[in-house]
Amino acid sequence: MPALKELEEAFFQSKQDKEFQKELSHLQKTYIGRPTPLYFARRFTEYLGGAKIYLKREDLAHTGAHKINNAIGQTLLAKKMGKTRVIAETGAGQHGVAAATGAALIGLECEIYMGTEDMKRQALNVFRMRLLGAKVIEVPVGSQTLKDAINEALRDWTTNVRTTHYILGTVFGPHPFPVMVRDFQSVIGKEAKKQILDAEGRIPDYLIACVGGGSNAIGLFHAFLLPYVSRPTSNVKMIGVEAGGEGIETGKHAARFAGGSLGVFQGCKSYLLQDDDGNVLGTHSVSAGLDYASIGPEHPYLRDKGIIQYTYATDAEALAAFELLSKIEGITPALESAHALAEVVKLAPTLSQKEIIIVNLSGRGDKDVQHVARIKGIDL
Amino acid sequence: MISRIKEKFRELKEKKKKAFIPYIMAGDPSLENTRDIVQMLEECGADIVELGVPFTDPLADGPTIQMASERALKAGITLKKVISFVKDLRQGTRIPLVLMTYYNPVFKYGEENFVRDAKDAGVDGVIIPDLPPDEAGNLIRSSKKASLDTIFLLAPTSTSERIKKVAKASRGFIYYVSVTGITGSRLLLDGSIETLISEIRKYTDKPIAVGFGVSTPEEASAVSKVSDGVIVGSAIVKRLHGSHDDLKRYIISLRGAIQ
Repeated sequence: MPALKELEEAFFQSKQDKEFQKELSHLQKTYIGRPTPLYFARRFTEYLGGAKIYLKREDLAHTGAHKINNAIGQTLLAKKMGKTRVIAETGAGQHGVAAATGAALIGLECEIYMGTEDMKRQALNVFRMRLLGAKVIEVPVGSQTLKDAINEALRDWTTNVRTTHYILGTVFGPHPFPVMVRDFQSVIGKEAKKQILDAEGRIPDYLIACVGGGSNAIGLFHAFLLPYVSRPTSNVKMIGVEAGGEGIETGKHAARFAGGSLGVFQGCKSYLLQDDDGNVLGTHSVSAGLDYASIGPEHPYLRDKGIIQYTYATDAEALAAFELLSKIEGITPALESAHALAEVVKLAPTLSQKEIIIVNLSGRGDKDVQHVARIKGIDL
Repeated sequence: MISRIKEKFRELKEKKKKAFIPYIMAGDPSLENTRDIVQMLEECGADIVELGVPFTDPLADGPTIQMASERALKAGITLKKVISFVKDLRQGTRIPLVLMTYYNPVFKYGEENFVRDAKDAGVDGVIIPDLPPDEAGNLIRSSKKASLDTIFLLAPTSTSERIKKVAKASRGFIYYVSVTGITGSRLLLDGSIETLISEIRKYTDKPIAVGFGVSTPEEASAVSKVSDGVIVGSAIVKRLHGSHDDLKRYIISLRGAIQ
C-alpha cells in the first residue's frame, strides 16, 4: 500500500511538472517517433467494399508497438522517484521489450517476468529483451502465461519495493496503474483525433481496437470521451475486440465479457474468467498479448454505460486478417491487432462508403511470423 | 461473546507465554491428512492453527505454499470444502482456527454468506492478504456482528497512518509480516523487527504475531521474545511430505523455542 501511495503521488505530481512533461514529449517525438501516422488503407477499403478504413500506425512506434508509450512514461517516473531498478511482466513480449528499452534509455537495471509458455511462443522477443540488457526470468508456475508473470512481478515488487518500480504494462492492477497507463497511452487517440480532422474534417463513425488488458483500446478511445462524464464526443461508436480463441463454446478463449463474471484479481475489481469457487480459469488465444483472464476495470465501466461495445474474434479469424493485411497493404500486423482487423473485415462491408473506421494497428507482426509459420506447419 | 483467539492470547499473557501459530494448507495432499496434522499440532502444543485455502493465484506466497496450493486444488479443495471440513474438525477440538484465503473466493462466495458459514462451522478468524482494510468495510462490519475475527497485515514499510488503520480494523491479533516480500522469504534478525513492533505498540495493545520467513527454532525463539506470537508456515509445509516423526520432532522443537 505505501508503494502505491508513493507512486500515486509521484504520478500526479509529474502531471503538473513542466520539466517532466517537456522531457516526455521530447522523447515521444525524437525517440519513439511520434506522432505515428494515420494511414488510409485504400486497398483494404476497396477489398471490403464498405466504410473507409484508417489504420493508426502504432506498429511504427519505436520497438514496434504502442507499449513503448507507457514504458517510457513509467521509466521516466521511476527515475524521478529515485528507483534504481525496474521490473515488468510480459505476455507477447512487446511490453517486456518496451520496458527493457526504457530502462536502457534511462540507465536502470531491468528484469522481466515471462511465462514459460509465452517464452516459447515469443522466442524472438526474449532474445530482444536480453539484447537490450534486461534479465528475462522464466515463470514456470500456474498457466505459465501473462497472469502468472504479473503474480511473480508483484511478488518481486513487494520484496524489493524500496529500490524498485514495477512497470505494469496495461490499464490493470491496483490504483494508480489503470489511470496512469491510460494517461501515457492517451496520446494515441489525441493524435488520431487531430489527424482524422485534418484528413476528413470530421470525427470517425467507428473506433476499433483489440482488448487484452485493454491499454491500446483505452489509449485510442480516451480522447473521444468527454472528460469526467465519459460520454463520446459525438456519435462515434467504439468496439473492443477480445480473443475468442477456439470459440466461446469450447471454453478455450480469453473473452472475459462473453464468458466471465465480476471478480477481484491482482488488485482490481473487473470481469474475470473464473470458476464457481472464485479460482481463475486458464485462457487460450493464438495471441499471447490477449491471453489473459481479466480486463482493465475501466472497460466494464464503459461497457455498462453503453459507451463501448465488446465482441470477439477467433484465432482463425485473426489469422486470416493477419494474412489479408499483409497481402493487400504490405503491412503485417501483430496477432493482437489482427483481432481488431478481423472485426473490421466483418463490419466494414455492412457500412456505406461514407462511413469512417479508425482501427488501432497496435503493433507489428514480425514477432509473430515464426509462430504463424509453425501453426501453418511450415518449418523455418 | 469473547472470541477463542482473544481468550487464548489472554490466557498466554497470564502465563507469560507466547503463541505458537503453525500454518498448513488445507487439503494438501488430502483433507484426511490435514485432519491428522491438525491433531498432531494440537498435541504438540500449538495455540492457534492457521488453515490455508488454496487459490490459483496466491500473490503473497512463495514457491513452497504456491505448490501446496496447486496440490490442494488438484485434490478438488475449495473454500466451501474447507469450511465444511472445519465443521467436522470442530467435533473433536476447541483449538482456535484461522482461515487464510485470498479475496476472490470470498467475493465469489458472497461476503455475508462466507462470514455466516465460516462462523457456523467454527472458524474463529480470517486473514485475507490481498484485502487491505481500506476495501474491507463490509467484511469488517459483518464479521464483527458475527464475532469472527478479521486479522490484517502490517509490513516493515507500513507508515504510522497505516499502522493506526490496520490496528483499528484487526480483531484477534495483528499479523506483522517480518520481511518485505512473500511467505518463505529469508528472515533478517537484525533488531529491525523489535524496532517496528515497538512502533506498532505505540498505537495499540492488541496482540502482535509475526510471520513470513520464520523457519528455524532459533529464529522462532528470537521473534517470540519481541512479539506475542510466532507464525510458521512454509517451513512446516515443506516438511509435510517427509516422515511424520521428523515433522513431529520439528514441531516440538519450535514449540520449545517459543516461550
